[in-house]
Amino acid sequence: MLELVVIGNGMVGHRLVQALCDRDSAGEWHITVLGEEARPAYDRVALSSYVDGVSAEDLTLPSLTVDLHLGDPAVAVDRDARRVTTESGRVLPYDALVLATGSVPFVPPVPGRDLPGCFVYRTLDDLDAIRAAAAEAVARPGAGRRSAVVVGGGLLGLEAARALRSLGLSPQVVEIAPRLMPVQVDEGGGALLRRLVESAELAVRCGVSVNGIAEDRGRLVATLSDGVELDADLVVFSAGIRPADALARAAGLPVGERGGVLVDERCRTSDEHVWAIGEVAALEGRTYGLVAPGYAMAEVVADRLLGGRATMTPEELDMSTQLKMLGVDVASFGDAQATTPGALEVVVNDPVAGTYAKLVVSDDARTLLGGVLVGDASKYAALRPLVGSPLPADPVAMIAPGGVELGADALPDSAQICSCNAVTKGAVVHAIGDGADTVPALKACTRAGTSCGSCVPLLKKLLVDSGVQVSKALCEHFAFSRAELFEIVASTGIRTFSGLVDEHGTGRGCDICKPAVASILASLGTGHVHDGEQAALQDTNDHFLANLQRNGTYSVVPRLPGGEVSPEQLIIIGEVARDFGLYTKITGGQRIDMFGARVEQLPAIWRRLVDAGFESGHAYGKSLRTVKSCVGTTWCRYGVQDSVGLAVALELRYRGLRAPHKFKSGVSGCARECAEARSKDFGIIATDQGWNLYVGGNGGFTPRHAELLASDLDTATLVRYIDRYLMFYIRTADRLQRTAPWIESLEGGLDHLRAVVVEDSLGIAADLEAAMEQHVGSYADEWRGVLEDEEKLARFVSFVNAPDTPDPLVRTREERGQRVPVALGLPGVGA
Amino acid sequence: MTATETSVRWTTICPLERLLPERGVAALVGDVQVALFRLHDGSVHAVGNVDPFSGAAVMSRGIVGDRGGVPTVASPVYKQAFSLVDGRCLDDADVSLPSYPVRVEDGQLDVGLPW
Ligand SMILES: Cc1cc2nc3c(=O)[nH]c(=O)nc-3n(C[C@H](O)[C@H](O)[C@H](O)COP(=O)(O)OP(=O)(O)OC[C@H]3O[C@@H](n4cnc5c(N)ncnc54)[C@H](O)[C@@H]3O)c2cc1C
Ligand code: SF4
Repeated sequence: MLELVVIGNGMVGHRLVQALCDRDSAGEWHITVLGEEARPAYDRVALSSYVDGVSAEDLTLPSLTVDLHLGDPAVAVDRDARRVTTESGRVLPYDALVLATGSVPFVPPVPGRDLPGCFVYRTLDDLDAIRAAAAEAVARPGAGRRSAVVVGGGLLGLEAARALRSLGLSPQVVEIAPRLMPVQVDEGGGALLRRLVESAELAVRCGVSVNGIAEDRGRLVATLSDGVELDADLVVFSAGIRPADALARAAGLPVGERGGVLVDERCRTSDEHVWAIGEVAALEGRTYGLVAPGYAMAEVVADRLLGGRATMTPEELDMSTQLKMLGVDVASFGDAQATTPGALEVVVNDPVAGTYAKLVVSDDARTLLGGVLVGDASKYAALRPLVGSPLPADPVAMIAPGGVELGADALPDSAQICSCNAVTKGAVVHAIGDGADTVPALKACTRAGTSCGSCVPLLKKLLVDSGVQVSKALCEHFAFSRAELFEIVASTGIRTFSGLVDEHGTGRGCDICKPAVASILASLGTGHVHDGEQAALQDTNDHFLANLQRNGTYSVVPRLPGGEVSPEQLIIIGEVARDFGLYTKITGGQRIDMFGARVEQLPAIWRRLVDAGFESGHAYGKSLRTVKSCVGTTWCRYGVQDSVGLAVALELRYRGLRAPHKFKSGVSGCARECAEARSKDFGIIATDQGWNLYVGGNGGFTPRHAELLASDLDTATLVRYIDRYLMFYIRTADRLQRTAPWIESLEGGLDHLRAVVVEDSLGIAADLEAAMEQHVGSYADEWRGVLEDEEKLARFVSFVNAPDTPDPLVRTREERGQRVPVALGLPGVGA
Repeated sequence: MTATETSVRWTTICPLERLLPERGVAALVGDVQVALFRLHDGSVHAVGNVDPFSGAAVMSRGIVGDRGGVPTVASPVYKQAFSLVDGRCLDDADVSLPSYPVRVEDGQLDVGLPW
């Protein structure tokens, strides 16, 4: 048996041993591991979660059956005799030696750096020490919040600052470079990152260094190069790392210019029995401070030790990083700093939206080399696999908000289209080639799109890309898209389903086209949704003006415009819920939902609510749901406009408006955005000049932030723009298409929308406004409409031959003091 | 329908006018829930009211239409379509609703349940 000694029990050393144990089925190697730290190998990448309460055990990597000596570092390597000596005096002969000693924090040589209260940020022991010092500082009597200085504003420095903050200190980050995270992001990205980090209440000073640290009445004072003095209870150095190569140097192994044991593409040092991997290794002179390249090196050495021929080149090492720093998305990939000769940079910087994106492309603008994303890293997954490949689209459009969707065509074959069922693009394309030419056919043969369904649009795109004509037909009864049908209804004056299907369709419709036609008719203002033949078109929610829940009962939601409700009204809601035994819950949209009403109870419930001044909240229809609001100038110290007043006005204006999909809005009284207006189909944020209008947020399965359509509007202009926007959406969107994908589907995207809404480029603005006026003028409460009409009321019975007998299948039990449904059995229950 | 007068018991449900064209109603016959539909062409159909996929008694509240010429009702819960002629589910061959004979006498709608 051959002897392998691994020096270092960190993440990469551990991976090597794991890979070797897995593959050495013949038992060729006997492995001894030496660790300087007294603990078994742990996940250093997740180190910061330790201060959030993740335990050391949780971070520990799976244990392996090898001779492991912890707390006993190697102190000498005798290469001639092929022996390692440890601190405790152990002598270990080897046939192969792997150096995996990682790196040590770099502490700049400033006076005072050894004072008590100064720390580095690398190991669990470091964090224990920091935690103890922080606890002591916080407990110390005296006014004010305890503070800390973090030396270094790179990835680790920011992580350390965040950790210090969760330990109750106020951290100040001092970065010598002019920007944060100088290694991963560029100037523009760094500037935005700084703004975002500062709005997370972290103080940052860039372009200055720490010149010295001194003790001052039991605390520390850090003096900066610009003369500023910062008081601190703790100082944490995270100013970079240096490869832990002392042992190798002493053993006479060549090291790189900037440290690190020189290795070749096999990870072998100049000594054929000695290998180096991870942060201590310098491949072609360069060291790598990330775990992924280290893991790749570990795999190469494991392969080599078993006689394999694996190699690696710097180009193959994945230096991409994606992280969420204090809630800020940051990603960098490939040649993020544009070091390739002739490389071109394409930047889209949107300080208003808080996003920065850069692509680095080759000198002929054909190949993607790398990039940086700050603020919104959602395109990372699509961009990273493209590094080194030809650009699929104009680079600006690839990163511009509302630009080309980096969808199916840009993705490599190995990219996962359906992550629920792990179906790759290759598999889908293959299936299309084999004749699956519709989405249902693709679903059946690949399982893609059968779970959450969020990839169905991508499947459609792949079909289109493959030249398959995807039918726009609504269903077997109409060969038209919803937008086309809308135009037909609007221009022909046909106002019944029968008329429409007779003239322009076939058969008697189905659950797809009937509600779509119902919605079109409702948008065109054709009276109560139950009038005449329209009653038969409505799906169950619109038919019963309430929301069908899983056990066949309904939920009832009165409108609370802007979320405002009087104490008197609150009491009525409480009384109704109590008297009818309804489960109550505050919804996600600032309303009160009452669950568990049976069909025959609905009119009596509405009667009480309508009498108290409530209207239908349209929680059921594909219609306006809520306009959420914060408290704005009325109450809030920061408010610059009356967000509640506007929200109430907008909710009343658009109540009852039917659309291709349900839609929501929000109004925030200032840029602090307490109403989360940017996650809505249209959202409004007050500025001290007026209102900013954002559109296309939410997105359903694929969450999206709304984008700025127009800024600093007065209220009248704002309302006019929203009228146009909503009506344009209602007229041209597909069935069940939310505003976000609708905007994406517009040729020209957001810019086109802006042209239509703001500049009236199509000359239809007056038309759209008139249509909205008609809706607003003809609005009537649908609940009241039923209560006032005996014939409609007669439909609200449990059984036509036993109108007051409750559905015997509806049963409830108690949970947390309220009534909830007993789960119904599946096939065959009761009947 | 193959059911004969002797094998079913007829129950009068309601006047036929109570049924809007292409909109169902639920009826309770003993402890059996039935969903009754009157179609555009005037024909009347009855199937079980309990949706086999959700267990909820809601079939009468589904949207009526046709698929490839077969008159259907779609479950309002998970949207599977069922034939109004024989109750079979058009989206899952293993599932079906019970279907019942109906007749109209003197403007009254009767449904026949097995003895
Ligand atoms: C807070 C923090 C956050 C990080 N976040 C990320 C991230 O998000 N993404 C990412 O890719 N990387 C991240 N890293 C970097 C990543 O942890 C390292 O790249 C990785 O751990 C390197 O693995 P390694 O095995 O080479 O070194 P290490 O994990 O440091 O292991 C080396 C081990 O060798 C031991 N040792 C040293 N000398 C001797 C000796 N003479 N004898 C015996 N043992 C010795 C050391 O004590 C140490 O335990 C982060 C690092 C830190 C500290
Ligand atoms: S968004 Fe502004 S105005 Fe509204 S509550 Fe928040 S801080 Fe106050």
